[in-house]
Amino acid sequence: MISFLAQPGGLDALQAPEIDYWAMAPLLIVLGAACVGVLVEAFLAKPQRWPVQVILTVLTFAFAGLTLGLRLTKDPKGLTTVAGALSIDRPALFLWGTLLALGFGAMLMIADRSVEPGGSFVASAAIRPGTIQDRAQAGQHGMQTEVFPLALFALAGMMTFVAANDLLTMFIALEVMSLPLYLMCGLARRRRLISQEAALKYFLLGAFASAFFLYGLALLYGYAQSVKLADIAEATGGTDRSDTLLYAGFGLLLVGLLFKASVGPFHTWTPDVYQGAPTPVTAFMGACTKVAAFGAILRVLQVAFKASSWEWEYVLWAVAIVSMAIGAILGITQTDVKRMIAYSSIAHAGFLLLGSIALNHDGLSSTLFYLLTYGFTTLAAFGVVSLVRNADGEATHLSQWAGLAKRSPLVAAVFSFLLLALAGIPLTSGFIGKFVVFRAALAEGMGPLVVVALIASAVAAFFYLRVIVLMYFSEPAADGPAVSVPGAFTTAAITLGVVVTLLLGVLPGFALDWAGAAGFVF
Amino acid sequence: MTEHVAQATGIASWAWLLIAFPALGATILLLAGKKARGWGHLLGSATVIASFAVGLATFLDAVGRSPEERVRELHLFSWIPVQALQVDFGLRLDPLSLVFVLLITGVGSLIHIYSIGYMAHDQEHRVGKANEERSRFFAYLNLFVSAMLILVLGNGFVTLYFGWEGVGLASYLLIAFYQHRPAAATAAKKAFLMNRVGDLGLAIAIFIMFNRLGTTQYTEVFSRAGEFTQPELLAIALLLLLGACGKSGQFPLQAWLPDAMEGPTPVSALIHAATMVTAGVYLIARSNPIYNLTPDGRLGVVIIGTITLLIGCIVGCAYDDFKKVLAYSTVSQIGYMILAVGLGPIGYALGIMHLLTHGFFKAGLFLGAGSVMHGMNDEGNIRKMGGLRKHMPITFVTWTLGYLALIGFPFLSGYYSKDAIIEAAFSQEGWRAWVFGGAALLGAGLTAFYMTRLFLLVFMGEERWKKLKSADGRDYHPHESPLTMTVPMIILAIGSVAVGFLLSKGNTLATWLEPALGELQEGGHGPIPHEIVGWLVLALSALGALTAYLIHGRKSVAVERPLKVAFPIRAARNDLYANAINEAIFARPGTWLTRALVFVDNKGVDGVVLGSAALLQGSSSRLRRMQTGFVRSYALSMLVGSVIVMAALILVRF
Repeated sequence: MISFLAQPGGLDALQAPEIDYWAMAPLLIVLGAACVGVLVEAFLAKPQRWPVQVILTVLTFAFAGLTLGLRLTKDPKGLTTVAGALSIDRPALFLWGTLLALGFGAMLMIADRSVEPGGSFVASAAIRPGTIQDRAQAGQHGMQTEVFPLALFALAGMMTFVAANDLLTMFIALEVMSLPLYLMCGLARRRRLISQEAALKYFLLGAFASAFFLYGLALLYGYAQSVKLADIAEATGGTDRSDTLLYAGFGLLLVGLLFKASVGPFHTWTPDVYQGAPTPVTAFMGACTKVAAFGAILRVLQVAFKASSWEWEYVLWAVAIVSMAIGAILGITQTDVKRMIAYSSIAHAGFLLLGSIALNHDGLSSTLFYLLTYGFTTLAAFGVVSLVRNADGEATHLSQWAGLAKRSPLVAAVFSFLLLALAGIPLTSGFIGKFVVFRAALAEGMGPLVVVALIASAVAAFFYLRVIVLMYFSEPAADGPAVSVPGAFTTAAITLGVVVTLLLGVLPGFALDWAGAAGFVF
Repeated sequence: MTEHVAQATGIASWAWLLIAFPALGATILLLAGKKARGWGHLLGSATVIASFAVGLATFLDAVGRSPEERVRELHLFSWIPVQALQVDFGLRLDPLSLVFVLLITGVGSLIHIYSIGYMAHDQEHRVGKANEERSRFFAYLNLFVSAMLILVLGNGFVTLYFGWEGVGLASYLLIAFYQHRPAAATAAKKAFLMNRVGDLGLAIAIFIMFNRLGTTQYTEVFSRAGEFTQPELLAIALLLLLGACGKSGQFPLQAWLPDAMEGPTPVSALIHAATMVTAGVYLIARSNPIYNLTPDGRLGVVIIGTITLLIGCIVGCAYDDFKKVLAYSTVSQIGYMILAVGLGPIGYALGIMHLLTHGFFKAGLFLGAGSVMHGMNDEGNIRKMGGLRKHMPITFVTWTLGYLALIGFPFLSGYYSKDAIIEAAFSQEGWRAWVFGGAALLGAGLTAFYMTRLFLLVFMGEERWKKLKSADGRDYHPHESPLTMTVPMIILAIGSVAVGFLLSKGNTLATWLEPALGELQEGGHGPIPHEIVGWLVLALSALGALTAYLIHGRKSVAVERPLKVAFPIRAARNDLYANAINEAIFARPGTWLTRALVFVDNKGVDGVVLGSAALLQGSSSRLRRMQTGFVRSYALSMLVGSVIVMAALILVRF
């Protein structure tokens, strides 16, 4: 079917496409493991599911990582497969690696059962919140282990999303990654109403955005007679076709993508969903969804719409400015840690968009690098958030974080370090990321935008530093939260994030080399 | 002057060890912290003694050479290799720096040894934990010695400045060594701030040199000193003098030095009497090629020296605190040295000679004071003492020798060095001879007066302490100090007696210093012949001592200081209002300036900053309301955003 749509007038020439299974191996392994995970849920008894799912997940990531590593050693440029529907080129491999590493960290947090006894997920999702049964299950030890295959499906969707070389594949990948996420958002063990509300909001708005994407796809097909990115690029290269179709289609498509990347003004879901979702899922979304969405934006802009860039460039300038302003300004008055990080992610989306608009090699490599750094920092930050708890679960209100350094100096120091990385202070990866992105943007003549970005960084630094001041220089509240001693899984996830944040801040060279190894293949 | 300077070879090429030993000692002791409790004092003393040995070897090596070969340099490394600014870190081993090396490491060794006994006891009854802090004390002392050696051995002004700041740091740390005493902390701060004023002068002088010559190394600057214009020379001379005033406690920056006596007594002896405070004299003597070219600059130096020596004498007469009297005596004696080096070629060597003899007898006097206070429960008020000669015989004898040397008793050290300066001051022409010579002469009389007063109140007369108790309620039991303290005092006393004669006999020192300072010239014939000046000095000193005896020696001394006294004494007791003057000249304008800046900062800068913060905060709160929590409004905002994006995209084409 893909080839049918991809090749105009190809009704007669329907034939099985060539598939390079080895090149696709990491993706197939994750997707296959997700299916196996569903079978595990169906056939194993409840107590056995968690350990089996954990082992399955670890093996999945091990093999996927292994095949990815083998892939990296050969074929320096990359290839397209499945009749050009997937492009497994260097950026795709870099993003796959990033997604796998971040996904692994998030899965560790999802699997953790020590921070919240029994895990962050509800034992039985079907029970109505607020009822007697619900209170009983809150103390129960089990959890809905369906979250494992769901996360793997989402991850497989993301991996497809960043490698998709035509819009239809991209749309399917978008749905594959989104639907599990909607569900996962609603699975919180505590505060289930707000969790389910978040899931519903995310679903409704996500469906709305998908509609935009699909409508844009249809218009672009009308314009280019093809959904292939390469064909669209060719069509924009100088024809007498209707530009209205092109730009209307492009705009609608873009709205769908910007929604996923939570770029302002399409960000409205982000704070509510980040706050309501279980923290491991928030970490997964914050890190991986951002990577996937910007991976797709990069590919769409650089492959399909490069030739027409001067027409839409300034519109995206405006979007980037709006996003940075919303993130930085609204972040100031937030009183909830998770919402604060959500607004921070909106500001970061603006910075990332800056790199994505810089349609050159540096723009690509710097944005890829930024995604890597941002993902790990966010992952670790949410890991720390999950540790600060009181009797009602996580204590996310900022007033509860006052004086945290006096009780838990290590946790406060780690969180301060991560906040400094988000603010972009030297010796953290955040600084290098911002530096390379701004440099690429400057080289493309986006000076004014870079100035706005610097101002936004300065404003955003205010609310990061405020939290540090709060932790170190305020008296702790009498009934303040305690910091749980994390189990091995969460410790590993936080350590991974912190080490990478520090490492990329001190020795960014090798990662920058990987990110800049080669461009898109289409 | 020195066109070509030979590279140091042989023993002298090891001269870097001079600095390295104490620097290493300081590093080890600071890193070891309390672990060094048991051995810190031994290591600290050993490094300085080792340094002394190296210094002595280098000195003997230089003695064995002909005078032309005695100025040598030891290049160590390129310190600041930046474009036009090339600063090499090297040592200048010449007769001038070598005598300083011997003074610093020699007297330094003695005082380190003395400190072993002094600080052990000191901590025992102060904190209750013996030796806890002693290794930190030795670390600072070692730091001081190495910095002071860098100061005198450096082969350029930047290296000198490095050492200059290093000794300032060590001095600051040591004055504030008794951190629990607010007075000590305040004194350290005062010393630090007043030294900054002087350091600023030194720094600007160095900038001027670099600006004109493009270098700050001694050899270059001195051989090309003729390239400076006259105003530049005057400016450099006066700015270097300002630096010297700060470091050496000269008018108008003298007020910090008496307060610095809040530090432990060995510190007062080593840093604030024998070595660091003479750095100003060294600086001027070292820069002699510059001062030789500017008579006006020299006149400035002479004036400052004269004013200071009088201030020191006058205030010294009024104080009742043992160490503060000695401190003002130091101020006054350094005034003599500054006066001497200000006289130019007829005085450089005399200034250095007085510096050396003073180093011996003043260090001895301070150690004696420490020994007395040590035996008297740390009592510093001389009105509460008296008759201590019987209880502390060794301290008494050594202190008396130092005292006699200071007031210029015939054939002791001070007699040779101070008389020579007074004679040189008289050998100028016209009014200068009368003003400066007369002041120096008067100073000699006053010195004899206050020192005799001190001597009588402490060691002679009735034992006033018998009826009193110390501040912490104990009785006084004066006793002699341990050997580690008395032996250094004995050695210094011998030095006080003999050094003057040895150095002046046949102009030994002046000849030795010729390669660095030029030939010591004979002064002109002043209004009074030299022999008569000598007799006048003796007569006035005797008169001073006699007056002191008449006032304090024959009748009993009140334990409480009399409050109703004439204005001159009141003024002297208030440091001649030096603090008030400083307050008016430096502190008030500074306060006004900062107030004005704070005002501008509050209203202007903060206004902008806080205003923008308030703007952001306000817009944040307002925008926040758009996040209603309703999906319908979210969807609406998305729709509006999409419409705008689409409209913009499509409209761009028209």
